Amino acid sequence: MFDNFVVPDLLPAASEIFLAAMLLVILMVDLFVKDSRRTPTFLLTQLTLLGCAAIQVYTSTADITYTFSNMFVDDMMADLLKLFVYMTMIVVLFYSRGYLFDRPTMNKGEYYVLALTATLGMMVMISANNFVTIYVGLELLSLSLYGMVAMNRDSVASTEAAMKYFILGALASGMLLYGMSMIYGGTGTLEITKIAETLYNAESNRTVLVFGLVFLVAGLAFKLGVVPFHMWVPDVYHGAPTTVTLLIGSAPKLAAFAIVMRLLVGGLITLAADWQDMLIVLSVLSMAVGNLAAIAQTSLKRMLAYSAISHMGFMLLGIVTGVVSGDARYALNAYSSSMFYVISYVLMSAGTFGVVLLMARAGFEADNLDDYKGLNKRSPWFAAIMMMLMFSMAGVPFFIGFFAKFSVLQAVVAADYLWLAIVAILFSLIGAFYYLRVVKLMYFDAPADETPIAAGLDMRLLISVNGLAVAVLGVFPQVLMSLCAYALLRSL
Amino acid sequence: MSNYPLLSLAIWVPIVAGGIVLLTGGDRNAPMARMLALVGAVLGFLVTLPLWTGFDVSQGAMQFVELHSWIPRFNIHYHLGVDGISMLFVILNAFITIIVVAAGWEVIQEKVAQYMAAFLIMSGLMNGIFTALDGILFYVFFEASLIPLYLIIGVWGGVRRVYAAFKFFLYTLFGSLLFLIAQMYLFFQSGGSFSILDWHQLPLGMAPQIGVFLAFLVAFAVKVPMWPVHTWLPDAHVEAPTGGSIVLAAIALKLGAYGFLRFSLPIAPDASHELSGLVIALSLIAVVYIGFVALVQEDMKKLVAYSSIAHMGFVTLGFFMFSSLGIEGALVQMVSHGFVSGAMFFSIGVMYDRVHSRQIADYGGVVHTMPKFAALFMLFSMANAGLPATSGFVGEFMVILGAVKFNFWVAFAAATSLILGAAYTLWMYKRVIFGEVANHHVAELSDINGREFAILAVLALCTLWMGLYPQVFTDFMHASVNDLLRHVAISKIQ
Repeated sequence: MFDNFVVPDLLPAASEIFLAAMLLVILMVDLFVKDSRRTPTFLLTQLTLLGCAAIQVYTSTADITYTFSNMFVDDMMADLLKLFVYMTMIVVLFYSRGYLFDRPTMNKGEYYVLALTATLGMMVMISANNFVTIYVGLELLSLSLYGMVAMNRDSVASTEAAMKYFILGALASGMLLYGMSMIYGGTGTLEITKIAETLYNAESNRTVLVFGLVFLVAGLAFKLGVVPFHMWVPDVYHGAPTTVTLLIGSAPKLAAFAIVMRLLVGGLITLAADWQDMLIVLSVLSMAVGNLAAIAQTSLKRMLAYSAISHMGFMLLGIVTGVVSGDARYALNAYSSSMFYVISYVLMSAGTFGVVLLMARAGFEADNLDDYKGLNKRSPWFAAIMMMLMFSMAGVPFFIGFFAKFSVLQAVVAADYLWLAIVAILFSLIGAFYYLRVVKLMYFDAPADETPIAAGLDMRLLISVNGLAVAVLGVFPQVLMSLCAYALLRSL
Repeated sequence: MSNYPLLSLAIWVPIVAGGIVLLTGGDRNAPMARMLALVGAVLGFLVTLPLWTGFDVSQGAMQFVELHSWIPRFNIHYHLGVDGISMLFVILNAFITIIVVAAGWEVIQEKVAQYMAAFLIMSGLMNGIFTALDGILFYVFFEASLIPLYLIIGVWGGVRRVYAAFKFFLYTLFGSLLFLIAQMYLFFQSGGSFSILDWHQLPLGMAPQIGVFLAFLVAFAVKVPMWPVHTWLPDAHVEAPTGGSIVLAAIALKLGAYGFLRFSLPIAPDASHELSGLVIALSLIAVVYIGFVALVQEDMKKLVAYSSIAHMGFVTLGFFMFSSLGIEGALVQMVSHGFVSGAMFFSIGVMYDRVHSRQIADYGGVVHTMPKFAALFMLFSMANAGLPATSGFVGEFMVILGAVKFNFWVAFAAATSLILGAAYTLWMYKRVIFGEVANHHVAELSDINGREFAILAVLALCTLWMGLYPQVFTDFMHASVNDLLRHVAISKIQ
């Protein structure tokens, strides 16, 4: 009876297993923590993430290994993205700490546990090689985030944001599942690598596949937050507590990139011509709506939400240009440029929300653009950091955002989509306006509020490092670029 | 030739000095910030002097070359070098930085360290533009230099500074983004090289050449600026603080013109010939039409800003006649305009600091209260109008001479600028300096102090030196300009 049972190879999933185990430990430990600041929980969480990173590095191999009956894959792309997820989560939790102290209703052990389950969800998404695995990871991430958005339960805005996020997220999951079932119907398998093989070798019913693909892309677009599936983004970014916005706006983008890669490039590359056209539409619309709508915002969080939409649209350009009329010569170049873009974006986004958290204090959210008036007078250093982040987001050198845009654009030009490159560039020009406006508020205007910034030293230090990283990686982008290229080379 | 990385020093000494100046922090340490900035600017100038002394005038190729791999993933190099076309601008830039630091010495009382640092960093970045031989390196400096100027206009500028700063930034960004696309196109055409020198040798068909040329034209025309994309310049000039105006006129405008010589002409020679009519037409419009526009200005800064556009029209005109006289004349005009317009804006700043007005109508009879100033301002006004024996004459004369050979009517139109230039500059001079003392502000004016006198005197010496003995400058240019012309004469279409 047990003849078929093979003990799966656990090593490729060692960090996931470690995280899941520690998650339960932390849940227990937190019951006994008396400290209202939750310092032990916090430290344990951070140690867990560090441990995951260590395990990830230690177990990393240059090969692609499958385990759990091929439901789970461990390759270089997964390793690299997961490492960035851990790093981002560590930074996110650090940034969140001061904010949570000031808001005791949120500073609960659950906050840290949910952050870890979200991390686990992202890890599963990144390493998924099966539709079911993707779905499980995605739901684990999403459900944790719904809970976190509603953490500040007395706030009407937060509750509303959580409801919106939940309903639209459930709808998106439904679409994704529907698309997956269609593809299953067309190929007879849920396993991504098998789907690719089946599609490559045998004639399949294209109508069913493309029909499923539409739903699949729509579901992914929801999760990425690209137009026209972006409606939740501004409301959730705005309504969620800033720490949660920071979380939503950073690490999950890496996971979303991973599932786009796994599903579309890994599984459905034979249908590239179809999904590329869809992605072009999504991408152009996102850049247009994101950049234009961001101009009209008075809330920094909403502005950053629209900016996130436009950035995700830009990132998709790299995925669009991998295969040109059946020729995959530039595929590695294109996909790695997207990966570089998304990592750069996460770095910038984390830094920007970090500054928002730095400025926030008890009873003051610092989420309006006008709260940044005259920041240069109040704190020249953090104004400079914020300025670097803004210029980086606008794609001005010497900051990493420029090379992110550069690498994606060169992929677009390589694929002979000159018009697409020009469209992308015109919208980034429009985008530059609202980033410049933040700089204008900080530097050209007089401060409306002279309260000194109250954040602790660790927070100040970490934000400084984050801001400087944007500049340093902007001068020396080579390492990160080639890491992305190498990881993808080893994984595709 | 020395083995020191002179060009790297020219770029990074001011930038590092700017960083150090920033460290002095708030305005409590303003005196220290000023001193450090001056030291940084002087050091930055000193490291460029060996370029002058060590330059081999018989060589048209790049000198003082530095080549290191920067981003191997895209074959981008940290590739620096100067030839006879760019060398003078590096030195001019370093020199103007000293002037600018000195010009803001007492005038700027708020955020002194940031002000000085912005100028130092900008100076380094602009040296990077003049020396970069890698397309992306050039682009990176080209765009990064927008940031300090944006801040300079926005933080220390006048009433409408926000509008002017945004207009400046977005206009220039718009131009340079298309330039980036053109660079990527060339990257793939050349089989993966961003080296400008490789692109010079790259064969291209007519259609791609025209596309590339037009993309370059947009970028550089905005920066020069050429009519009709010049409207950002008067706004930027009027709102910028004196130092900002000086740098903008003396150096920043040269970047666009320099781009024509480094990119447009050698990379797309056939398109340059094909479309030279367009550029010449735009240049003549700038010279004549903008000359008339300058005539009716009531704001002194705006007047000089428009005269800058007219003078830059001469420069682009000189480039696109494809003669060594034209190009060298244009280059001389660029250097000369650096001295003269810098001095003009400084002079206006001197008056503005005292009266807090730039309106011509608010002045009159300044000669009675500021005789020393009036004498020096006279010299610069004459130079701006192109009086012989000043540097302003040499460049214009050479370009007009070149134009006569090229086409009589072009030369005729260009020569009207001598009349127009004299008209708008001297008329302004007359209204501001001569006549009865206009009001109590003018009556209470005090003449220039030692610092102001020193700045104007140095600039006056440069103007006269270049006007009397321009050969020193043209000697540097000959070999490179001739190489360039030989190169442009050969078609790239195969």
